[in-house]
Amino acid sequence: MSNVLIVGELKNGELKKISKEITSAGRKIADALGGKVTALLIGSGVEKFAGDLGAVGADSVVTVNAGDFNAETWANLVAGVIKDKNPSVVLLPHTSQGKDYSPRVAVKAGAGIVADVVGLSVDGGKVVAKKPIYSGKAYGNFKVTSPVAIFTVRPNSQEVVQKAGGGAVEAASPAAGDAKVKIVSSDLSGGNKVQLAEASIIVSGGRGIKGPENWPVLQGLADVLGAALGASRAAVDAGWIPHSHQVGQTGKTVSPNCYIACGISGAIQHLAGMGSSKYIVAINKDGDAPIFKVATYGVVGDLFEVVPALTDEFKKVLG
Amino acid sequence: MKIIVLVKQVPDTETNIKVGDKSINETGIKWIISPYDEFAIEEGLRLREKNGGEVIAVSLGPDRVQESLRQAYAMGADRAVQIKVDNYVPFDTTLTSELIANFAKSENADVIIGGRQSIDSDSSQVVVQVAEALGIAHIAFAVSLEISGTAVKSTKEVEGGTQVVETSLPVAITAQKGLNEPRYPNLKGLMAAKKKPIETKTPADLGNPTSKIEVVGLEPPPPRIPGRKLEAADAKGFAEQLVKALREEAKVI
Repeated sequence: MSNVLIVGELKNGELKKISKEITSAGRKIADALGGKVTALLIGSGVEKFAGDLGAVGADSVVTVNAGDFNAETWANLVAGVIKDKNPSVVLLPHTSQGKDYSPRVAVKAGAGIVADVVGLSVDGGKVVAKKPIYSGKAYGNFKVTSPVAIFTVRPNSQEVVQKAGGGAVEAASPAAGDAKVKIVSSDLSGGNKVQLAEASIIVSGGRGIKGPENWPVLQGLADVLGAALGASRAAVDAGWIPHSHQVGQTGKTVSPNCYIACGISGAIQHLAGMGSSKYIVAINKDGDAPIFKVATYGVVGDLFEVVPALTDEFKKVLG
Repeated sequence: MKIIVLVKQVPDTETNIKVGDKSINETGIKWIISPYDEFAIEEGLRLREKNGGEVIAVSLGPDRVQESLRQAYAMGADRAVQIKVDNYVPFDTTLTSELIANFAKSENADVIIGGRQSIDSDSSQVVVQVAEALGIAHIAFAVSLEISGTAVKSTKEVEGGTQVVETSLPVAITAQKGLNEPRYPNLKGLMAAKKKPIETKTPADLGNPTSKIEVVGLEPPPPRIPGRKLEAADAKGFAEQLVKALREEAKVI
């Protein structure tokens, strides 16, 4: 049997889209391998999401009651469920949390791991994982040779497919153990905004926005679209916006469905972070800017005229 | 305080990558230290300057990685160790972590610090795997770090903000941008670094771990959806066309 375990993720008590994405991806793998999909949800009151995951392909859902996220205890809980359920494939989110605990899970399970995967297929009874390498300038295909294979999956890379599973819910209580790292305080003031790394639409600004006072121009468009606000290194280094908004090599890697680059020239380090976006819109006064080489739709024009017009137009059609 | 800094050698960002069957064609590639590892080296040096001890720079790979180790020497590292793996696969994180963990154990290191990810594989795995293999604490995405005695206090980036966390030595840290500004090696340092010894270890010295990854093959990136520049008389015209294109053609909004 080649069963698949996926580990969902929540934010502010809500199920994240990545949880459904990897459940659907897990379903596809399990169908090809002739196995079952178990979804694991950790948190309090997580039982209520079992139906959501059942609707996208989970045969059963295991719930573990736990408090706030801590990488060490989470790794213990996930490894405990792996030991109990003995899956041959485990899919985890390649999110901020995923990057924090997945390495510990791999070591605990004695498993090979391929991280930041964007494609999953099955060949000869084994999963082949595809991931961008060398800043997206190449793609690699990898198999894991250990009995348990772990993959962390990039948000927005997998389609959510409605496919009913079984829906049985089982509570488990693996040992959480003690954490050596104690969380003293959290500042999550940016927490209610749309998260950059997982956003399906990003409105991003660069040197062309001219100063920090002009972010509202882009934020207006982002609000209408339910998009996250990104920035180029130039805008971050100028002190116009915190580093947490930076997209690119020394910022976040993003793969949204739509990336709207406003006043961004498109340095190679920026392209490294957003080059895998599905559709790219570039709005820039300089028609020779390198961003136009990757843009699906290019607008050579002044962002201070085009972006507000675009915001108005979207307001009209999106109501 | 014994500090191990992890130095991964990667192709320069601007380098044109030519894909071979199972690895890239290395001809003409300019190699650099992965940018996040520069933050790690800098932080290691600062910890030593404050707490005393030594900074050991470690790099895995064939002999070309000695160049990166010499740069770490030039920045101020006290020792440099090459874990000599001739056919090093930069994506094999569990093998890499086991080798590093076994080395760190033999050195009885207090602090292990590396970049939050390398820019060739973007896996964000090795440092935390090393922590797990050694049974020690880790702090991922550190943007500040204070160590006094055995007490460790750090601010780390988390989704939507930051957290202040505390632990005690030994600890493994992944360096996020913002932790520091890496120093440049000066000419004198670069000259001196040329003469310094580089210790080598082989996988056989470090428990001979086995790989758990098979490289099926590399390929060029998928072709992009062909792009076009829109033509319009004014901003409103552009906006109308863009909305139409994104909703009816791309169907993403």
